[in-house]
Amino acid sequence: MTASRWTPYWQAAPMALAFLLFFILPLLVTLVVSFWNYTEYSIEPAFVTENYVTAFEGCLAELPGLCTTLKTYLSTVKFSLLVWLITLVIGFAVSYYIVFEIRSSTVRLVLALLCTIPFWTSNVIRMISWIPLLGRNGVVNQMLMGMGVVSEPQDWLLYSDFSVILAFVHLNTVFMIVPIANSMSRIDRSLIEAARDNGASGWQIVWHVIVPLTKTGIMIGSIFVVTVVMGDFITIGLMGGQQIASVGKIINVQISYLQFPIAAANAIILLAMVLMIVWAMVRFVDIRKEL
Amino acid sequence: MIKKMQPTASRRDVLKGGAALAGIAATGAICAPAVHSAEPVTLRYLSTAVNQAPAIAEQAFRDTGVKIEYVSVTTDEVTKRIITQPNSFDLVDTEYFALKKLVPAGNLMGMDAKRIKLVDKLAPAITKAEIDGKKIGDQGTAPKKVFYLDGQYSKQFSDTPTEWITLIPTTYNADTLGIRPDLVGRPIESWAELLNPEFKGKASILNIPSIGIMDAAMVVEATGEHKYADKGNMTKEEIDLTIARLIEAKQAGQFRAFWSDFNESVNLMASGETVIQSMWSPAVTAVRLKGIECKFQPLKEGYRAWASGFGLPKTLKGRELDAAYEFVNWFLSGWAGAYLNRQGYYSAVLDTAKEHMEPYEWAYWMEGKPAEKDIVGPDGSLLEKAGTVRDGGSYNERMGAVACWNAVMDENEYMVRKWNSFIAA
Repeated sequence: MTASRWTPYWQAAPMALAFLLFFILPLLVTLVVSFWNYTEYSIEPAFVTENYVTAFEGCLAELPGLCTTLKTYLSTVKFSLLVWLITLVIGFAVSYYIVFEIRSSTVRLVLALLCTIPFWTSNVIRMISWIPLLGRNGVVNQMLMGMGVVSEPQDWLLYSDFSVILAFVHLNTVFMIVPIANSMSRIDRSLIEAARDNGASGWQIVWHVIVPLTKTGIMIGSIFVVTVVMGDFITIGLMGGQQIASVGKIINVQISYLQFPIAAANAIILLAMVLMIVWAMVRFVDIRKEL
Repeated sequence: MIKKMQPTASRRDVLKGGAALAGIAATGAICAPAVHSAEPVTLRYLSTAVNQAPAIAEQAFRDTGVKIEYVSVTTDEVTKRIITQPNSFDLVDTEYFALKKLVPAGNLMGMDAKRIKLVDKLAPAITKAEIDGKKIGDQGTAPKKVFYLDGQYSKQFSDTPTEWITLIPTTYNADTLGIRPDLVGRPIESWAELLNPEFKGKASILNIPSIGIMDAAMVVEATGEHKYADKGNMTKEEIDLTIARLIEAKQAGQFRAFWSDFNESVNLMASGETVIQSMWSPAVTAVRLKGIECKFQPLKEGYRAWASGFGLPKTLKGRELDAAYEFVNWFLSGWAGAYLNRQGYYSAVLDTAKEHMEPYEWAYWMEGKPAEKDIVGPDGSLLEKAGTVRDGGSYNERMGAVACWNAVMDENEYMVRKWNSFIAA
């Protein structure tokens, strides 16, 4: 039986269709709506750029101060970078340990599965469980005071940048571990043997052999973490005491006031930001090699 | 809290069969008395979970044969559903301040005053912003401003009473600040205390812009910084000034956190993260039920009131429409009112609610007298021990001290933008 030249297309069709229906189409609608006019009780088809102008209102006038949108993005990008860095270090270390230090493949499997245990409960529950721990009268503060480390409760533990980053790292490290461990386990052990035979130290092996060969895994993990943090507003809201701005929250508030067009405009801007970041990342590494 | 869907097939069948009967049904002659007969009518009742008590639905079914199927969503979602999916419910319980958005959208219809039996008994606090003939505050979207429509399907409010009522009140109340008396340690008398640096890092305000800014306005007015013509309808300059005051406080570290739902406010207070904050009355009760001291503190500048009521989608007709009127009439007839009064809300028709309450309950909840016996909640749990007095005193004292109502401003969109800059500051 000879395969028709259409066969590959048919095979790709279900995915393409799902992609079109659930991603491209809604995105197009969002883009279109972002140019519409609105009042609080209606939206009207039109072509106005006002929503984008409003989103960046005062950004030029307030220089060198920052307008709301820039401040919000700056804060979001700050969280993305910090969380990315921390999850990368932890994710790399954990993966390294699982892949190279554990000899028994059963133990390796068990440890890898252990990493996924936190995912057996919902995101929000995992976040909320930090609150009684970190609060003013929480377990951590009581412990610190009991040990005499501090004399009064520490407020910065909760509803602060610290608690937001902590929760993000807690929630997202596994997204780093999985792709990095996956890349690492594909590394041919003889390369490491060869490096060692040639007199490379442990750090040199990590830096010159393992890191370059794990780059694709790192990149995939990074894309996961950065995109999740960029769009998040639930973690920032809950752990930051709703005092920290996030682009997602702004969109959320606008939607709740039925200001769909300007929310759509903000969503498009956010998407553009995320695409730019991802684009910059994949310029460093060819992730196609991995897939 | 969404009740399991009743076998709505019957309802759908009625609708389908109804097409054939449409001619007869249009005359209305058959439908009106038919509510009790044959299949029970099911009404899809859209509102927030707070207003939905299974006990009310059960009692309504026993008394009238109308089945209530609760559809519970958030406050914002109620508004969104009315505007975007007006056919997804038969009866809605929404807040008066939302009407400024809902009525121009034209998806609701006026309720016929002639079909509401107790229409003359509706609380004057709502219909006229009066208590005992005395005017109370009507700043913001006071219900009386949006109570009547020009015509049944009009998109305009009427200043004078007409036959067409936008919403028939279900519950209303007057809100103030919640405090932890044990942690504050001194009397609190003014809204100004919310931004008093004494409570630095221990205050909170609610992160629902249209309500949060009203609380902030109460503070600004209390400090004497500015007197608003209408706190519920600020000018751009007034919005700027209010937000600037909030930003200043935020940057000085005044706030511990903001909250946007009931549970968050309860947790902040119960854990002692905050000692003074914007709060809702049932949330204060919830903190107290944990055995933690919490007070819904009356303040000298008065209260910020809110009210919600029943509305009908424009497309409702036939048996469902009749059933909706029957349910609303039943709702006003006392059982439900007493049920709501016992939760600390106020009901629309006080006389009928009184008939369904024990004298000691009425004295505690409505007259501001010390409880003669233990006060228990609808589920039988102990709310207050004998001897306690309700915060804020009697109905007349409390509703009589209303300073403003929850509102949607003309400059709402600008306000939301400014609020976002406050959060980002």
